[in-house]
Amino acid sequence: MNVKENIKTIIVKKPLKLDCGETIIDYPLAYETYGKLNDKKDNAILAFHALTGDQFASDINPITKKPGWWSHTVGPSKAIDTNKFFVICANVIGGCMGSFGPGNINPKTNKEYGTDFPVITINDMVNAQYNLLEFFKIDKLYSVTGGSMGGMQVLQFVANFPDKAKTAVPIACTASHSAQNIAFNELGRQSIMADANWKNGNYSYLNSSPDKGLAVARMAAHITYLSKKGLQEKFGRKLQEKEDLNFSFDADFQIESYLRYQGSIFVDRFDANSYLYITRAMDYFDLIKQYKGNLSKAFEKTKTKFFIISFTSDWLYPTAENKEIVIALNASGAEVGFIEISSDKGHDSFLLDIPEFLKAVKNFLEANY
Amino acid sequence: MKKEFQIISDLIENNTRVLDVGCGDGTLMKYLKDKKNVDTRGLEISKNNVQICISKGLTVIEGNAEKDLKQFPNSSFNYAILSQTLQAFYNPERVIDDLLNVAEKAIVTIPNFGFWKVRLDLLIKGTMPVTKNLPDEWYNTPNLHMCTLKDFFNFCSKKKIKLYRSLALHDKKISEISNFNLNLKNFSSELGIFLIEK
Repeated sequence: MNVKENIKTIIVKKPLKLDCGETIIDYPLAYETYGKLNDKKDNAILAFHALTGDQFASDINPITKKPGWWSHTVGPSKAIDTNKFFVICANVIGGCMGSFGPGNINPKTNKEYGTDFPVITINDMVNAQYNLLEFFKIDKLYSVTGGSMGGMQVLQFVANFPDKAKTAVPIACTASHSAQNIAFNELGRQSIMADANWKNGNYSYLNSSPDKGLAVARMAAHITYLSKKGLQEKFGRKLQEKEDLNFSFDADFQIESYLRYQGSIFVDRFDANSYLYITRAMDYFDLIKQYKGNLSKAFEKTKTKFFIISFTSDWLYPTAENKEIVIALNASGAEVGFIEISSDKGHDSFLLDIPEFLKAVKNFLEANY
Repeated sequence: MKKEFQIISDLIENNTRVLDVGCGDGTLMKYLKDKKNVDTRGLEISKNNVQICISKGLTVIEGNAEKDLKQFPNSSFNYAILSQTLQAFYNPERVIDDLLNVAEKAIVTIPNFGFWKVRLDLLIKGTMPVTKNLPDEWYNTPNLHMCTLKDFFNFCSKKKIKLYRSLALHDKKISEISNFNLNLKNFSSELGIFLIEK
Protein backbone atom coordinates (compact mmCIF):
# COMPACT_ATOMS: atom_id res chain seq x y z
CA MET A 1 0.00 0.00 0.00
CA ASN A 2 2.98 2.32 0.17
CA VAL A 3 3.78 2.04 -3.52
CA LYS A 4 1.82 5.14 -4.41
CA GLU A 5 3.95 6.64 -7.18
CA ASN A 6 1.65 5.07 -9.80
CA ILE A 7 -1.31 7.01 -8.50
CA LYS A 8 -2.53 10.07 -10.39
CA THR A 9 -3.89 12.70 -8.05
CA ILE A 10 -5.41 16.16 -8.26
CA ILE A 11 -5.47 18.47 -5.28
CA VAL A 12 -8.92 19.99 -5.09
CA LYS A 13 -8.59 23.68 -4.26
CA LYS A 14 -12.31 24.36 -4.18
CA PRO A 15 -13.75 24.02 -0.67
CA LEU A 16 -16.31 21.24 -0.26
CA LYS A 17 -18.90 21.58 2.45
CA LEU A 18 -19.65 18.07 3.66
CA ASP A 19 -23.10 16.90 4.76
CA CYS A 20 -21.78 16.59 8.32
CA GLY A 21 -21.13 20.36 8.35
CA GLU A 22 -17.34 20.37 8.07
CA THR A 23 -15.62 21.92 5.07
CA ILE A 24 -12.63 20.32 3.40
CA ILE A 25 -10.19 22.12 1.11
CA ASP A 26 -6.92 21.30 -0.71
CA TYR A 27 -7.66 17.61 -0.48
CA PRO A 28 -6.28 14.88 -2.76
CA LEU A 29 -8.47 13.03 -5.23
CA ALA A 30 -6.85 10.03 -6.90
CA TYR A 31 -8.05 8.91 -10.31
CA GLU A 32 -7.22 6.77 -13.31
CA THR A 33 -8.32 7.01 -16.94
CA TYR A 34 -8.70 4.55 -19.78
CA GLY A 35 -9.03 5.37 -23.49
CA LYS A 36 -8.71 8.82 -25.02
CA LEU A 37 -10.80 11.94 -24.60
CA ASN A 38 -11.82 13.00 -28.11
CA ASP A 39 -11.56 16.56 -29.45
CA LYS A 40 -15.25 17.26 -28.92
CA LYS A 41 -14.90 15.96 -25.36
CA ASP A 42 -18.19 14.13 -25.70
CA ASN A 43 -17.00 10.57 -25.09
CA ALA A 44 -16.20 10.67 -21.37
CA ILE A 45 -17.72 8.17 -18.97
CA LEU A 46 -17.34 8.59 -15.22
CA ALA A 47 -17.35 5.17 -13.55
CA PHE A 48 -17.97 5.04 -9.81
CA HIS A 49 -16.54 2.22 -7.75
CA ALA A 50 -18.24 0.14 -5.06
CA LEU A 51 -17.37 -0.26 -1.36
CA THR A 52 -14.00 -1.95 -1.74
CA GLY A 53 -13.12 -0.80 -5.25
CA ASP A 54 -10.70 1.89 -6.29
CA GLN A 55 -9.79 4.00 -9.32
CA PHE A 56 -8.15 1.05 -11.09
CA ALA A 57 -11.20 -0.17 -12.96
CA SER A 58 -9.38 -1.86 -15.82
CA ASP A 59 -5.96 -3.23 -16.82
CA ILE A 60 -3.68 -4.48 -14.05
CA ASN A 61 -4.02 -2.62 -10.79
CA PRO A 62 -0.48 -1.28 -10.22
CA ILE A 63 -0.80 -1.62 -6.46
CA THR A 64 -2.34 -5.09 -6.12
CA LYS A 65 -0.91 -6.41 -9.44
CA LYS A 66 -4.32 -7.99 -10.10
CA PRO A 67 -6.83 -7.15 -12.87
CA GLY A 68 -8.89 -4.01 -12.16
CA TRP A 69 -12.25 -4.53 -10.45
CA TRP A 70 -14.22 -3.88 -13.66
CA SER A 71 -11.80 -5.38 -16.16
CA HIS A 72 -14.51 -7.64 -17.62
CA THR A 73 -16.55 -4.55 -18.45
CA VAL A 74 -14.01 -1.81 -19.21
CA GLY A 75 -11.31 -2.13 -21.87
CA PRO A 76 -10.65 -2.15 -25.61
CA SER A 77 -13.67 -3.67 -27.47
CA LYS A 78 -15.29 -4.54 -24.14
CA ALA A 79 -18.76 -3.51 -22.92
CA ILE A 80 -17.43 -0.05 -22.07
CA ASP A 81 -15.15 0.13 -25.07
CA THR A 82 -12.07 2.21 -24.36
CA ASN A 83 -11.36 2.40 -28.10
CA LYS A 84 -14.45 4.63 -28.23
CA PHE A 85 -14.90 6.02 -24.76
CA PHE A 86 -12.71 7.85 -22.29
CA VAL A 87 -13.32 6.27 -18.90
CA ILE A 88 -12.51 8.19 -15.74
CA CYS A 89 -12.60 6.48 -12.38
CA ALA A 90 -11.72 8.12 -9.06
CA ASN A 91 -11.06 6.72 -5.64
CA VAL A 92 -13.91 7.93 -3.41
CA ILE A 93 -13.10 10.29 -0.57
CA GLY A 94 -12.92 8.21 2.58
CA GLY A 95 -11.07 5.58 0.54
CA CYS A 96 -7.52 4.29 0.88
CA MET A 97 -6.07 4.42 -2.64
CA GLY A 98 -4.80 7.98 -2.67
CA SER A 99 -7.95 10.09 -2.19
CA PHE A 100 -8.58 12.02 0.99
CA GLY A 101 -9.29 9.41 3.66
CA PRO A 102 -8.83 8.46 7.30
CA GLY A 103 -5.29 7.26 6.52
CA ASN A 104 -4.20 10.78 5.57
CA ILE A 105 -2.16 12.85 8.00
CA ASN A 106 -4.15 15.37 9.99
CA PRO A 107 -2.10 18.60 9.94
CA LYS A 108 -3.46 19.54 13.36
CA THR A 109 -2.06 16.46 15.08
CA ASN A 110 0.60 15.28 12.59
CA LYS A 111 -0.80 11.76 12.78
CA GLU A 112 -3.38 9.88 10.73
CA TYR A 113 -6.92 11.16 11.02
CA GLY A 114 -8.30 7.78 12.05
CA THR A 115 -11.74 8.37 13.53
CA ASP A 116 -11.13 12.13 13.57
CA PHE A 117 -11.84 11.98 9.85
CA PRO A 118 -15.24 13.55 9.12
CA VAL A 119 -18.12 11.19 8.40
CA ILE A 120 -18.69 11.43 4.66
CA THR A 121 -21.71 10.62 2.52
CA ILE A 122 -22.41 9.43 -1.01
CA ASN A 123 -23.35 13.03 -1.78
CA ASP A 124 -19.92 14.20 -0.57
CA MET A 125 -18.16 11.55 -2.68
CA VAL A 126 -20.03 12.64 -5.79
CA ASN A 127 -19.46 16.35 -5.18
CA ALA A 128 -15.74 15.70 -4.75
CA GLN A 129 -15.53 13.73 -7.99
CA TYR A 130 -17.41 16.42 -9.88
CA ASN A 131 -14.16 18.40 -9.78
CA LEU A 132 -12.74 15.95 -12.33
CA LEU A 133 -15.05 17.42 -14.98
CA GLU A 134 -13.42 20.79 -14.49
CA PHE A 135 -9.98 19.22 -14.40
CA PHE A 136 -10.53 17.55 -17.79
CA LYS A 137 -12.54 20.56 -19.06
CA ILE A 138 -15.50 18.30 -19.86
CA ASP A 139 -18.77 20.17 -20.07
CA LYS A 140 -20.98 17.11 -20.24
CA LEU A 141 -20.22 13.46 -19.64
CA TYR A 142 -21.50 10.91 -22.10
CA SER A 143 -22.37 8.61 -19.23
CA VAL A 144 -22.12 7.95 -15.53
CA THR A 145 -22.15 4.36 -14.41
CA GLY A 146 -21.33 2.00 -11.58
CA GLY A 147 -22.64 -0.95 -9.62
CA SER A 148 -23.70 -1.26 -5.99
CA MET A 149 -22.37 1.81 -4.15
CA GLY A 150 -21.20 2.96 -7.59
CA GLY A 151 -24.84 2.90 -8.70
CA MET A 152 -25.85 4.98 -5.70
CA GLN A 153 -23.27 7.55 -6.77
CA VAL A 154 -24.79 7.52 -10.27
CA LEU A 155 -28.22 8.36 -8.84
CA GLN A 156 -26.78 11.07 -6.62
CA PHE A 157 -24.74 12.51 -9.49
CA VAL A 158 -27.77 12.93 -11.75
CA ALA A 159 -29.83 14.34 -8.87
CA ASN A 160 -27.08 16.90 -8.12
CA PHE A 161 -26.12 17.67 -11.72
CA PRO A 162 -29.19 17.03 -13.88
CA ASP A 163 -27.61 18.31 -17.12
CA LYS A 164 -24.09 16.93 -16.78
CA ALA A 165 -24.56 13.39 -18.11
CA LYS A 166 -26.22 12.37 -21.36
CA THR A 167 -26.85 8.85 -20.09
CA ALA A 168 -26.71 7.04 -16.76
CA VAL A 169 -26.38 3.33 -16.04
CA PRO A 170 -26.92 2.53 -12.36
CA ILE A 171 -26.43 -1.20 -11.78
CA ALA A 172 -27.55 -3.45 -8.90
CA CYS A 173 -28.19 -0.60 -6.50
CA THR A 174 -30.84 1.12 -4.43
CA ALA A 175 -32.12 4.63 -3.77
CA SER A 176 -32.24 4.01 -0.05
CA HIS A 177 -30.10 1.64 2.00
CA SER A 178 -32.38 -0.96 3.59
CA ALA A 179 -32.35 -2.15 7.21
CA GLN A 180 -30.80 -5.41 6.00
CA ASN A 181 -28.02 -3.52 4.18
CA ILE A 182 -27.33 -1.44 7.28
CA ALA A 183 -27.35 -4.56 9.46
CA PHE A 184 -24.68 -6.28 7.36
CA ASN A 185 -22.53 -3.15 7.36
CA GLU A 186 -22.86 -2.82 11.11
CA LEU A 187 -21.73 -6.43 11.48
CA GLY A 188 -18.58 -5.57 9.53
CA ARG A 189 -17.90 -2.42 11.53
CA GLN A 190 -18.39 -4.14 14.86
CA SER A 191 -16.03 -6.88 13.77
CA ILE A 192 -13.31 -4.29 13.04
CA MET A 193 -13.91 -2.35 16.22
CA ALA A 194 -13.93 -5.54 18.31
CA ASP A 195 -10.38 -6.29 17.17
CA ALA A 196 -8.06 -5.13 19.98
CA ASN A 197 -5.61 -3.96 17.32
CA TRP A 198 -8.08 -1.39 16.04
CA LYS A 199 -7.17 0.81 19.04
CA ASN A 200 -10.03 3.27 18.56
CA GLY A 201 -8.91 3.86 15.02
CA ASN A 202 -5.35 4.91 15.94
CA TYR A 203 -3.76 1.67 14.79
CA SER A 204 -1.46 3.23 12.18
CA TYR A 205 0.04 5.63 14.68
CA LEU A 206 0.44 2.81 17.19
CA ASN A 207 1.95 0.45 14.60
CA SER A 208 -0.75 -2.16 14.78
CA SER A 209 -3.42 -3.34 12.38
CA PRO A 210 -6.90 -4.79 12.97
CA ASP A 211 -6.39 -7.47 10.32
CA LYS A 212 -8.54 -10.11 11.98
CA GLY A 213 -11.49 -7.80 12.42
CA LEU A 214 -11.24 -6.49 8.86
CA ALA A 215 -10.92 -10.04 7.49
CA VAL A 216 -14.06 -11.18 9.32
CA ALA A 217 -15.89 -8.08 8.04
CA ARG A 218 -14.87 -9.04 4.52
CA MET A 219 -15.88 -12.67 5.00
CA ALA A 220 -19.35 -11.71 6.20
CA ALA A 221 -19.80 -9.18 3.41
CA HIS A 222 -18.53 -11.61 0.80
CA ILE A 223 -21.36 -14.02 1.60
CA THR A 224 -23.87 -11.27 0.87
CA TYR A 225 -22.35 -10.74 -2.58
CA LEU A 226 -23.03 -14.34 -3.61
CA SER A 227 -26.22 -16.36 -3.91
CA LYS A 228 -27.16 -19.52 -2.08
CA LYS A 229 -27.37 -21.39 -5.36
CA GLY A 230 -24.02 -20.05 -6.56
CA LEU A 231 -22.33 -21.05 -3.30
CA GLN A 232 -23.94 -24.48 -3.35
CA GLU A 233 -22.86 -25.14 -6.93
CA LYS A 234 -19.32 -23.91 -6.44
CA PHE A 235 -18.60 -25.42 -3.03
CA GLY A 236 -21.45 -27.61 -1.84
CA ARG A 237 -20.12 -29.59 1.11
CA LYS A 238 -16.80 -30.29 -0.56
CA LEU A 239 -13.91 -30.77 1.84
CA GLN A 240 -10.67 -28.83 1.66
CA GLU A 241 -7.76 -31.11 0.70
CA LYS A 242 -8.89 -33.91 2.99
CA GLU A 243 -10.79 -37.16 2.79
CA ASP A 244 -12.93 -36.79 5.87
CA LEU A 245 -14.04 -34.38 8.56
CA ASN A 246 -11.30 -33.44 10.99
CA PHE A 247 -13.42 -33.11 14.11
CA SER A 248 -11.76 -29.76 14.76
CA PHE A 249 -12.27 -26.09 13.91
CA ASP A 250 -9.84 -26.09 11.01
CA ALA A 251 -11.20 -25.16 7.64
CA ASP A 252 -12.68 -28.57 6.85
CA PHE A 253 -14.95 -27.28 4.14
CA GLN A 254 -13.85 -25.56 0.95
CA ILE A 255 -16.21 -22.69 1.58
CA GLU A 256 -14.48 -21.99 4.91
CA SER A 257 -11.08 -22.05 3.31
CA TYR A 258 -12.32 -19.81 0.49
CA LEU A 259 -13.75 -17.21 2.87
CA ARG A 260 -10.61 -17.23 5.02
CA TYR A 261 -8.54 -16.66 1.91
CA GLN A 262 -10.81 -13.81 0.75
CA GLY A 263 -10.48 -12.22 4.18
CA SER A 264 -6.70 -12.59 4.27
CA ILE A 265 -6.03 -11.05 0.85
CA PHE A 266 -8.44 -8.20 1.54
CA VAL A 267 -6.49 -6.85 4.51
CA ASP A 268 -3.43 -6.44 2.31
CA ARG A 269 -5.18 -3.96 0.08
CA PHE A 270 -7.75 -2.24 2.25
CA ASP A 271 -7.74 0.03 5.26
CA ALA A 272 -9.98 -0.79 8.23
CA ASN A 273 -10.95 2.81 8.95
CA SER A 274 -11.83 3.37 5.29
CA TYR A 275 -14.11 0.34 5.58
CA LEU A 276 -15.87 1.98 8.52
CA TYR A 277 -16.29 5.31 6.76
CA ILE A 278 -17.42 3.99 3.40
CA THR A 279 -19.96 1.55 4.87
CA ARG A 280 -21.30 4.45 6.93
CA ALA A 281 -21.69 6.55 3.80
CA MET A 282 -23.69 3.73 2.21
CA ASP A 283 -25.91 3.40 5.28
CA TYR A 284 -26.61 7.12 5.30
CA PHE A 285 -27.63 7.01 1.64
CA ASP A 286 -31.32 7.74 1.33
CA LEU A 287 -32.13 9.68 -1.81
CA ILE A 288 -35.84 9.33 -1.02
CA LYS A 289 -35.38 11.18 2.27
CA GLN A 290 -33.16 13.78 0.60
CA TYR A 291 -36.13 14.63 -1.60
CA LYS A 292 -38.63 14.62 1.23
CA GLY A 293 -40.15 11.24 0.58
CA ASN A 294 -40.59 11.65 -3.17
CA LEU A 295 -37.80 10.00 -5.14
CA SER A 296 -39.15 11.28 -8.47
CA LYS A 297 -38.32 14.83 -7.32
CA ALA A 298 -34.65 13.82 -7.42
CA PHE A 299 -34.91 13.44 -11.19
CA GLU A 300 -37.43 16.15 -11.94
CA LYS A 301 -35.07 18.34 -13.94
CA THR A 302 -33.00 15.73 -15.68
CA LYS A 303 -32.77 15.01 -19.40
CA THR A 304 -30.36 12.15 -18.72
CA LYS A 305 -31.37 8.90 -20.35
CA PHE A 306 -31.29 6.10 -17.78
CA PHE A 307 -30.71 2.39 -18.17
CA ILE A 308 -31.16 0.42 -14.98
CA ILE A 309 -29.87 -3.12 -14.60
CA SER A 310 -30.52 -5.65 -11.83
CA PHE A 311 -29.70 -9.34 -11.40
CA THR A 312 -32.15 -12.14 -10.60
CA SER A 313 -30.10 -13.66 -7.76
CA ASP A 314 -29.00 -10.37 -6.14
CA TRP A 315 -30.62 -10.40 -2.71
CA LEU A 316 -28.53 -7.52 -1.36
CA TYR A 317 -29.87 -4.98 -3.86
CA PRO A 318 -32.79 -6.94 -5.26
CA THR A 319 -34.68 -6.24 -8.47
CA ALA A 320 -37.60 -4.77 -6.52
CA GLU A 321 -35.36 -1.98 -5.17
CA ASN A 322 -33.96 -1.28 -8.62
CA LYS A 323 -37.48 -1.13 -10.01
CA GLU A 324 -38.40 1.51 -7.45
CA ILE A 325 -35.88 3.73 -9.17
CA VAL A 326 -37.45 2.93 -12.54
CA ILE A 327 -40.88 3.84 -11.20
CA ALA A 328 -39.62 7.13 -9.75
CA LEU A 329 -37.94 8.03 -13.03
CA ASN A 330 -41.11 7.27 -14.95
CA ALA A 331 -43.10 9.35 -12.50
CA SER A 332 -40.77 12.28 -13.11
CA GLY A 333 -41.14 11.87 -16.88
CA ALA A 334 -37.50 10.89 -17.36
CA GLU A 335 -36.44 8.46 -20.05
CA VAL A 336 -35.64 5.10 -18.49
CA GLY A 337 -35.02 1.57 -19.70
CA PHE A 338 -34.70 -1.45 -17.45
CA ILE A 339 -33.55 -5.05 -17.68
CA GLU A 340 -33.16 -7.78 -15.09
CA ILE A 341 -30.28 -10.05 -16.06
CA SER A 342 -30.56 -13.77 -15.28
CA SER A 343 -27.56 -14.83 -13.22
CA ASP A 344 -27.03 -17.11 -10.24
CA LYS A 345 -23.86 -15.24 -9.22
CA GLY A 346 -25.65 -12.90 -6.80
CA HIS A 347 -24.80 -9.24 -6.26
CA ASP A 348 -21.25 -9.81 -7.52
CA SER A 349 -22.67 -10.39 -11.03
CA PHE A 350 -21.94 -6.81 -12.05
CA LEU A 351 -18.21 -7.49 -11.62
CA LEU A 352 -18.19 -10.79 -13.50
CA ASP A 353 -18.16 -12.05 -17.04
CA ILE A 354 -21.93 -12.36 -17.50
CA PRO A 355 -22.45 -12.18 -21.30
CA GLU A 356 -26.06 -10.94 -21.21
CA PHE A 357 -25.09 -8.17 -18.79
CA LEU A 358 -22.06 -7.10 -20.81
CA LYS A 359 -24.11 -7.18 -24.02
CA ALA A 360 -26.80 -4.94 -22.52
CA VAL A 361 -24.26 -2.38 -21.29
CA LYS A 362 -22.38 -2.35 -24.59
CA ASN A 363 -25.50 -2.08 -26.74
CA PHE A 364 -26.99 0.68 -24.63
CA LEU A 365 -23.83 2.79 -24.61
CA GLU A 366 -23.14 2.33 -28.30
CA ALA A 367 -26.70 2.72 -29.60
CA ASN A 368 -27.15 6.01 -27.75
CA TYR A 369 -23.76 7.56 -28.52
CA MET B 1 -43.04 -4.29 -41.61
CA LYS B 2 -46.33 -6.10 -41.29
CA LYS B 3 -49.55 -4.49 -42.43
CA GLU B 4 -50.93 -4.27 -38.91
CA PHE B 5 -48.01 -2.04 -37.86
CA GLN B 6 -48.49 0.13 -40.93
CA ILE B 7 -52.12 0.70 -39.96
CA ILE B 8 -51.24 1.45 -36.34
CA SER B 9 -48.56 3.86 -37.47
CA ASP B 10 -51.05 5.68 -39.71
CA LEU B 11 -53.33 6.20 -36.72
CA ILE B 12 -50.57 7.97 -34.77
CA GLU B 13 -49.79 11.64 -35.27
CA ASN B 14 -46.22 12.87 -35.69
CA ASN B 15 -44.23 14.22 -32.73
CA THR B 16 -46.32 12.49 -30.08
CA ARG B 17 -45.45 10.32 -27.06
CA VAL B 18 -46.23 6.64 -27.44
CA LEU B 19 -46.04 3.66 -25.09
CA ASP B 20 -45.83 0.32 -26.88
CA VAL B 21 -47.09 -2.32 -24.46
CA GLY B 22 -45.59 -5.69 -25.38
CA CYS B 23 -43.30 -4.01 -27.89
CA GLY B 24 -41.56 -7.25 -28.92
CA ASP B 25 -38.34 -6.64 -30.81
CA GLY B 26 -39.18 -2.95 -31.19
CA THR B 27 -39.96 -3.00 -34.95
CA LEU B 28 -42.95 -0.70 -34.59
CA MET B 29 -41.24 1.57 -32.06
CA LYS B 30 -38.21 2.00 -34.28
CA TYR B 31 -40.45 2.85 -37.24
CA LEU B 32 -42.45 5.41 -35.24
CA LYS B 33 -39.26 6.95 -33.88
CA ASP B 34 -37.52 7.20 -37.23
CA LYS B 35 -40.42 8.06 -39.53
CA LYS B 36 -42.82 10.02 -37.33
CA ASN B 37 -40.44 11.53 -34.78
CA VAL B 38 -42.42 9.86 -32.04
CA ASP B 39 -41.00 9.78 -28.51
CA THR B 40 -41.41 6.06 -27.82
CA ARG B 41 -41.21 3.88 -24.74
CA GLY B 42 -41.71 0.13 -24.60
CA LEU B 43 -42.82 -2.38 -22.01
CA GLU B 44 -41.78 -5.95 -22.81
CA ILE B 45 -41.87 -9.21 -20.88
CA SER B 46 -39.19 -11.13 -22.80
CA LYS B 47 -35.58 -10.47 -21.76
CA ASN B 48 -34.41 -11.45 -25.21
CA ASN B 49 -36.67 -8.89 -26.88
CA VAL B 50 -35.59 -6.22 -24.38
CA GLN B 51 -31.98 -6.88 -25.38
CA ILE B 52 -32.87 -6.50 -29.07
CA CYS B 53 -34.64 -3.21 -28.34
CA ILE B 54 -31.62 -1.92 -26.40
CA SER B 55 -29.37 -2.71 -29.34
CA LYS B 56 -31.67 -0.55 -31.48
CA GLY B 57 -31.31 2.34 -29.05
CA LEU B 58 -34.94 2.04 -27.94
CA THR B 59 -36.01 2.78 -24.38
CA VAL B 60 -37.70 -0.32 -23.06
CA ILE B 61 -38.60 -1.52 -19.60
CA GLU B 62 -38.64 -5.23 -18.88
CA GLY B 63 -41.95 -5.86 -17.22
CA ASN B 64 -45.45 -7.25 -17.23
CA ALA B 65 -48.28 -5.04 -18.43
CA GLU B 66 -50.62 -6.42 -15.78
CA LYS B 67 -48.33 -5.22 -12.99
CA ASP B 68 -46.15 -2.52 -14.43
CA LEU B 69 -48.46 -0.22 -16.39
CA LYS B 70 -49.47 1.51 -13.18
CA GLN B 71 -45.98 2.97 -12.71
CA PHE B 72 -46.55 5.49 -15.47
CA PRO B 73 -48.31 8.68 -14.39
CA ASN B 74 -51.77 9.36 -15.72
CA SER B 75 -51.91 10.73 -19.26
CA SER B 76 -48.14 10.58 -19.63
CA PHE B 77 -48.52 9.38 -23.22
CA ASN B 78 -50.61 10.46 -26.18
CA TYR B 79 -51.05 6.86 -27.29
CA ALA B 80 -50.64 3.41 -25.80
CA ILE B 81 -50.37 0.51 -28.22
CA LEU B 82 -51.42 -3.03 -27.38
CA SER B 83 -50.86 -5.32 -30.31
CA GLN B 84 -52.45 -8.79 -30.18
CA THR B 85 -51.80 -9.36 -26.49
CA LEU B 86 -55.07 -8.40 -24.79
CA GLN B 87 -56.27 -11.99 -24.98
CA ALA B 88 -53.19 -13.23 -23.08
CA PHE B 89 -53.86 -11.29 -19.88
CA TYR B 90 -55.47 -12.63 -16.72
CA ASN B 91 -57.55 -9.50 -16.49
CA PRO B 92 -57.95 -7.78 -19.89
CA GLU B 93 -60.58 -5.42 -18.49
CA ARG B 94 -58.10 -3.95 -15.99
CA VAL B 95 -55.35 -3.70 -18.60
CA ILE B 96 -57.63 -1.64 -20.87
CA ASP B 97 -58.45 0.53 -17.90
CA ASP B 98 -54.74 1.04 -17.14
CA LEU B 99 -53.96 1.76 -20.79
CA LEU B 100 -56.56 4.51 -20.87
CA ASN B 101 -55.15 5.96 -17.68
CA VAL B 102 -51.54 6.22 -18.82
CA ALA B 103 -52.41 7.42 -22.31
CA GLU B 104 -55.01 9.75 -23.78
CA LYS B 105 -55.83 7.18 -26.45
CA ALA B 106 -55.10 3.51 -26.92
CA ILE B 107 -54.71 1.42 -30.04
CA VAL B 108 -55.72 -2.16 -29.38
CA THR B 109 -55.50 -4.93 -31.95
CA ILE B 110 -57.31 -8.21 -31.55
CA PRO B 111 -57.04 -11.54 -33.38
CA ASN B 112 -60.67 -12.19 -34.25
CA PHE B 113 -62.09 -15.40 -32.79
CA GLY B 114 -65.19 -14.77 -34.86
CA PHE B 115 -63.32 -15.16 -38.17
CA TRP B 116 -65.05 -17.78 -40.33
CA LYS B 117 -62.04 -20.13 -40.45
CA VAL B 118 -61.91 -20.13 -36.67
CA ARG B 119 -65.62 -20.82 -36.45
CA LEU B 120 -65.30 -23.58 -39.00
CA ASP B 121 -62.60 -25.39 -37.03
CA LEU B 122 -64.83 -25.56 -34.03
CA LEU B 123 -68.06 -26.21 -35.95
CA ILE B 124 -66.91 -28.80 -38.44
CA LYS B 125 -63.78 -30.36 -36.95
CA GLY B 126 -64.93 -29.94 -33.38
CA THR B 127 -61.41 -28.97 -32.32
CA MET B 128 -60.00 -25.76 -30.92
CA PRO B 129 -59.09 -23.49 -33.85
CA VAL B 130 -55.52 -23.26 -35.13
CA THR B 131 -55.00 -20.56 -37.78
CA LYS B 132 -52.28 -18.23 -39.05
CA ASN B 133 -53.12 -15.65 -36.38
CA LEU B 134 -53.83 -18.26 -33.71
CA PRO B 135 -51.03 -20.75 -34.33
CA ASP B 136 -50.93 -22.49 -30.95
CA GLU B 137 -52.69 -25.61 -29.74
CA TRP B 138 -55.15 -25.38 -26.85
CA TYR B 139 -52.58 -26.91 -24.49
CA ASN B 140 -49.79 -24.44 -25.17
CA THR B 141 -51.53 -21.26 -26.20
CA PRO B 142 -50.73 -18.14 -24.15
CA ASN B 143 -54.24 -16.91 -24.91
CA LEU B 144 -56.58 -16.93 -21.93
CA HIS B 145 -59.40 -14.64 -22.99
CA MET B 146 -60.15 -14.96 -26.69
CA CYS B 147 -62.78 -12.61 -28.06
CA THR B 148 -64.38 -11.65 -31.32
CA LEU B 149 -64.47 -8.22 -32.93
CA LYS B 150 -68.10 -8.02 -31.93
CA ASP B 151 -67.23 -8.88 -28.32
CA PHE B 152 -64.74 -6.02 -28.18
CA PHE B 153 -67.19 -3.67 -29.90
CA ASN B 154 -69.83 -4.52 -27.30
CA PHE B 155 -67.30 -4.31 -24.46
CA CYS B 156 -66.44 -0.74 -25.42
CA SER B 157 -70.05 0.26 -25.58
CA LYS B 158 -70.80 -1.36 -22.21
CA LYS B 159 -67.76 0.29 -20.56
CA LYS B 160 -68.54 3.64 -22.22
CA ILE B 161 -65.21 3.60 -24.02
CA LYS B 162 -65.23 5.80 -27.11
CA LEU B 163 -64.37 4.00 -30.34
CA TYR B 164 -62.61 6.54 -32.53
CA ARG B 165 -61.69 4.18 -35.30
CA SER B 166 -62.59 0.51 -35.77
CA LEU B 167 -60.75 -1.20 -38.56
CA ALA B 168 -60.89 -4.73 -39.86
CA LEU B 169 -57.98 -6.41 -41.58
CA HIS B 170 -58.17 -9.34 -43.96
CA ASP B 171 -55.62 -10.36 -46.58
CA LYS B 172 -53.87 -7.00 -46.21
CA LYS B 173 -57.12 -5.19 -46.99
CA ILE B 174 -58.41 -2.69 -44.44
CA SER B 175 -62.01 -1.66 -43.99
CA GLU B 176 -63.99 0.35 -41.46
CA ILE B 177 -66.21 -1.48 -39.00
CA SER B 178 -69.53 0.14 -38.17
CA ASN B 179 -72.73 -0.84 -36.39
CA PHE B 180 -74.16 -1.75 -39.79
CA ASN B 181 -71.50 -4.14 -41.03
CA LEU B 182 -70.37 -5.47 -37.66
CA ASN B 183 -71.73 -8.99 -38.15
CA LEU B 184 -70.19 -9.27 -41.57
CA LYS B 185 -66.78 -7.92 -40.53
CA ASN B 186 -66.86 -10.18 -37.50
CA PHE B 187 -67.18 -13.09 -39.92
CA SER B 188 -64.75 -12.03 -42.62
CA SER B 189 -61.82 -10.41 -40.75
CA GLU B 190 -58.76 -11.93 -39.13
CA LEU B 191 -57.78 -8.89 -37.12
CA GLY B 192 -59.47 -5.87 -35.55
CA ILE B 193 -57.68 -2.59 -34.90
CA PHE B 194 -59.36 -0.16 -32.52
CA LEU B 195 -58.47 3.38 -31.56
CA ILE B 196 -60.16 4.02 -28.23
CA GLU B 197 -60.49 6.73 -25.60
CA LYS B 198 -62.02 6.82 -22.14
